[in-house]
Amino acid sequence: MKSITKQKPFEEIEQLLDGLDRVYLAGCGTCATMTRTGGREEVLAMKERLQQLGKLVTGWIVIPVACDEMTEVAIKENNGAIQDANCVLVMACALSVHRLSTYIDKPVIPALDTLFIGVEDEPGFFREVCAQCGQCVLGQTAGICPLTACHKGLLNGPCGGTKDGKCEVDKEKDCAWTLIYQRLEEQGRLDLLRKYQPPRDYNVTPKPRTIRIA
Amino acid sequence: MAQSFREVLSSGRFVVTSEIGPPKGTNIEKMLHHIDLLKDKVDALNVTDHQSSVMRFPSIGGCLAIKEQGGESILQMTCRDRNRLALQAELLFAYTRGITNVLCLTGDAVVVGDHKAAKGVFDLDSVQLLHTIRQMESGKDLGENDLDGAVQFCAGAIVTPEANPLEPQLVKFEKKVEGGAEFFQTQAIYDLEKFAKFMEYAHKFPVKILAGIILLVSARMAKYMNENVPGVFVPQDLIDELSSAPKGEALKKGIEIAGRMIATLKKESICDGVHVMAIGREEVVPDILKAAGLAT
Repeated sequence: MKSITKQKPFEEIEQLLDGLDRVYLAGCGTCATMTRTGGREEVLAMKERLQQLGKLVTGWIVIPVACDEMTEVAIKENNGAIQDANCVLVMACALSVHRLSTYIDKPVIPALDTLFIGVEDEPGFFREVCAQCGQCVLGQTAGICPLTACHKGLLNGPCGGTKDGKCEVDKEKDCAWTLIYQRLEEQGRLDLLRKYQPPRDYNVTPKPRTIRIA
Repeated sequence: MAQSFREVLSSGRFVVTSEIGPPKGTNIEKMLHHIDLLKDKVDALNVTDHQSSVMRFPSIGGCLAIKEQGGESILQMTCRDRNRLALQAELLFAYTRGITNVLCLTGDAVVVGDHKAAKGVFDLDSVQLLHTIRQMESGKDLGENDLDGAVQFCAGAIVTPEANPLEPQLVKFEKKVEGGAEFFQTQAIYDLEKFAKFMEYAHKFPVKILAGIILLVSARMAKYMNENVPGVFVPQDLIDELSSAPKGEALKKGIEIAGRMIATLKKESICDGVHVMAIGREEVVPDILKAAGLAT
């Protein structure tokens, strides 16, 4: 499982950094390195781009796992360069932006958009498989999540927009319900598809979601 | 209309519905004209609900206009733009205004329309919307709260008899029947032999099936639909027939084809009726009915 990210348009990064001329850069050695959005190479490329823009980069780091608590140690070790900056530009997922914000008393700005939690089907091709909805239906849908893989998140079967096993919004995308049907048929479990699924309970855990594990 | 749509459906006679596409804007003259033109020639008129996810005058507004002009309307409701509160509220309103026929649809995806950045809702799906209607008829809303005054609707849904693959759609069709659908208006059908096979299956269920007839206006349109519209297959012989029409007469040929198909469906008692969709050519619906031998 990876946090899939994409770099924001540079113009947006430029706007976010408006009036902040001294920048400390932070990437991540895990997901953002694998998606090539916040590894060493990308951080160095950003450093150069910001310098061309007339910004001063006071330092940079690629934190091993930017979303975990060890990040605090990394931040402390680099406190000098961070204090020397007006802000920290984070080239990692939004979880890491949150994590860094708790340790740094300066604006912490995302350079990336966090897209989804996905798997890498083939090198460089990532696919969303779980929406972390809090009410898993995979046991009834042959391991394919209709909330995630169906464009409309339908629960009772395909819409009329599916054509030749593909989705109405993109001919390259598989229709989740066609896949679910095929897999349930192979398993001899089509009765699961025939069962009416009532409207979802979106209040299963009210937003913002929290949980205390005893 | 002397008879309600539900009474028409159970009368055993060949049912004919058509549809009205509301305007994009407040100029409703054309829509009112189409209603006036068709209201006495068909058993009921659907009003589309932001068809193809293109923002328009609302379906409920078109239904009220039909009602005001003495016609019978079918309120199309998609689940794309409203959550369960808004859908139920609209059902309450519709019922109080005498709009008692509803067609339940999931709705096209937002991105195929003209507000691509909008949020698609899909809080409910078409099957759940049917169940919602039946629950509201029992005097309770979806939150299990008592309604001060219940609703009663003749509810319908859609089915795509030529979908590929078909089996998943049939499972959904059966769930719609179980959810309380009384009638189905199908996606456009052109191959009557294939449709007759679907009807052998569909006849087993206690629902009325109205075959979808989309007017073909050119060979180009037929080819476009084959390539782009899910579940629509125009056979080559019909495309050839349209191509063979003299210049400027393809529409006439399309009317002839639609009329002929309707006449055959009726004569051979293949299904319970038809739903005629002229998509922007509502003016010629009376000609189609005439060609089918259904109008004087």
